[in-house]
Amino acid sequence: MPTFGNAQLKLLEKLCNIIAVSGDEGEVRKIVFEEIKPYADEVKVDALGNVLATRFGRGRKRMRVMLDAHMDEVGFMIVADDGDGIYRFEMVGGIDVRHLVGKQVFVGRERTPGVIGGKPIHLMDTNERTRKVPLDSLRIDLGLTGKAKVSDRAGFATRFRRAGPSILSKSIDDRIGVATVIELLKHAPSNIDLCAAFTVQEEIGLRGAKVAAQYFNPDLAIAVDSTPANDLPVFEGGENMTYNTKLGLGPAIYIADGSTLHDPRLIRLLHETAEAKKIPYQFRQPGGGGTDSGAIQRSLAGIPTVSVSVPHRYTHSPISIARVDDWKNTLNLLHAALKRISPALIATR
Amino acid sequence: MADILPFLKSLISVSGLSGFEAPVAGLIEERWRPLVDEISTSRVGSLHGLKKGTSSRPGTKSEKKPRPSVMIAAHMDGIGMMVTKITEGFLHITNVGGIDVRVLPGAQVTVHASRGEELPAVIAMPSAKLLPESAGDGALSINFLLVDTGLTPREVSRKVRVGDLVSFANEPMELAGELISGHTLDNRASIAALTVCLEELQSKPHLWDVWAVATVQEEVSYLGAYGSAFELRPQVAIAVDGTFAKGPGANGWQTFPLGKGVGLCIGPNMHPFLHKKLKELAERLEIPWFLDVTPAHSGTDAYPMQTTAEGIPTALVEFPIRYMHTPVESVSMKDIQRAGRLLAEFIVSLELDFVETIVWE
Repeated sequence: MPTFGNAQLKLLEKLCNIIAVSGDEGEVRKIVFEEIKPYADEVKVDALGNVLATRFGRGRKRMRVMLDAHMDEVGFMIVADDGDGIYRFEMVGGIDVRHLVGKQVFVGRERTPGVIGGKPIHLMDTNERTRKVPLDSLRIDLGLTGKAKVSDRAGFATRFRRAGPSILSKSIDDRIGVATVIELLKHAPSNIDLCAAFTVQEEIGLRGAKVAAQYFNPDLAIAVDSTPANDLPVFEGGENMTYNTKLGLGPAIYIADGSTLHDPRLIRLLHETAEAKKIPYQFRQPGGGGTDSGAIQRSLAGIPTVSVSVPHRYTHSPISIARVDDWKNTLNLLHAALKRISPALIATR
Repeated sequence: MADILPFLKSLISVSGLSGFEAPVAGLIEERWRPLVDEISTSRVGSLHGLKKGTSSRPGTKSEKKPRPSVMIAAHMDGIGMMVTKITEGFLHITNVGGIDVRVLPGAQVTVHASRGEELPAVIAMPSAKLLPESAGDGALSINFLLVDTGLTPREVSRKVRVGDLVSFANEPMELAGELISGHTLDNRASIAALTVCLEELQSKPHLWDVWAVATVQEEVSYLGAYGSAFELRPQVAIAVDGTFAKGPGANGWQTFPLGKGVGLCIGPNMHPFLHKKLKELAERLEIPWFLDVTPAHSGTDAYPMQTTAEGIPTALVEFPIRYMHTPVESVSMKDIQRAGRLLAEFIVSLELDFVETIVWE
């Protein structure tokens, strides 16, 4: 079992604080590369920028198991220069525009500080105060002499922090998955060949995962991601029936989402492992949404795939919240499940 | 003169919401203490720093009048939020001062728990599925937003109670072109300007007494400025506050370019003679300035000071703030220096008979 402590949290902090918007994942790629190099038997960066690492097991009849986590995060791209340090931007990935006004950002590889401002409330009528601010009226302001390049990426400037049992950070989706797969590669059980795919461009269409699966041609795959927990109270009282997942209940095992019916054999593996090892787990409410598993499952001749997520609140916003224990239990569940994988697992339906 | 930026950064790194200004008042007191002769706190919490003038009035002992005084005032309170209800560990909030609800979703905040702990938290925008249809899909009313500390419901109910404060918690950010950005620069930037003024006065003799005042509760009721003007009864009062900077979404006649000088306000809250004197002085010193007009109420401490006791001749010195009342208010450090210097030079220019020279036409 991998140990879980300060070193793992430090790695997650480092991964969360850097900015790697879809299509510009270089900063995460660098850290992933450094972390896994001593442990991987083969590593390559492919044509899209995926980091693909293999660690071979020992013995006969080893299954090729692909573990996937996406390196990219939602963010912004600078698209036009309005002069005097003011820049227009577009969103990369699904962000609710209502999360943007009054937020701090970093722009470009130099992490130039900037802000997304808003018109003073004093200069608005009541009507305007209650409307959402459309994207085309928002700007990134780098200060009077600030400079950015059109095409620079930008992300929220939120700093990772701990609060009681929780983590408050941007980009928990999916740096927590990246950190998980790094740890699993470091502690790969020897019964399998572990194929770790640190993928690009998940947030804009699962692009990296598709080619990664085609490269590895695995026997089965597990997408490790972070899924929303909408476990907030219902305003008018009553039971919250659409929570998706809840913080604190452990790793969320997918059964069905908007793009994938996950492989029942792998679902069984995960929940039987959790039961046997007494690791808390939850089933994500079947419904919409999706992860890299959608792209992986439909690659090549079809790949048995399941998805496991660490729940987090406030997805694609400047600050998300996740529970340290949920992460720890996700790591433990996956590690224990990997050890139980054998050809028999998928020999029959 | 010492760089004022580190002090200003410290001022916007602490809370001090209207009515609960103690955290910031402590920082200001510490900074002002060596710059003034006496420092005290008013009955409602405003900070009074007295820097004595050098004049002693001529005349016989019985006729001797007290030294005239000028009050320079900037409010130290900031806007924020307060806990109204706790549901399953989530905090419902209301506003303290003029909050723009559109900046709240995803904002970093600190919950000042009544048991003395400062809890980092985030303002959550619940998904539409959890809200009544009346919530709409526009900017959500503050009633629908929740504060999440990341703690368990049990921990929250142990630590937090209704009435606890919630303040913005994003860190100060320096932007290119000598700008500082953060929450509560309205009006901590003016506290910095007052401090610049006090520092300038260390080497410049002035005849008048100077009351540097950091007022409370400007954002809700002007309580501090009313009380301090009444208690100190200055002959002349000057408020220092922010006005609107030009920037994305703000380009009307009420807005002024950032970093291009200080604003001298004219309107019913201001005595035209003081305005004229400040204007002449700015021109003589080549301090760039612009004319800001307020047709009725300036919305600053100038109003309470002007209407205190039998009335006090009042002026308003300003500098532009971009994105006012958002957590990313931005201000030019140059403008702050200019405002501080203009205040100091004005104080130095005050002759003993200045009040008698004040005329209307």
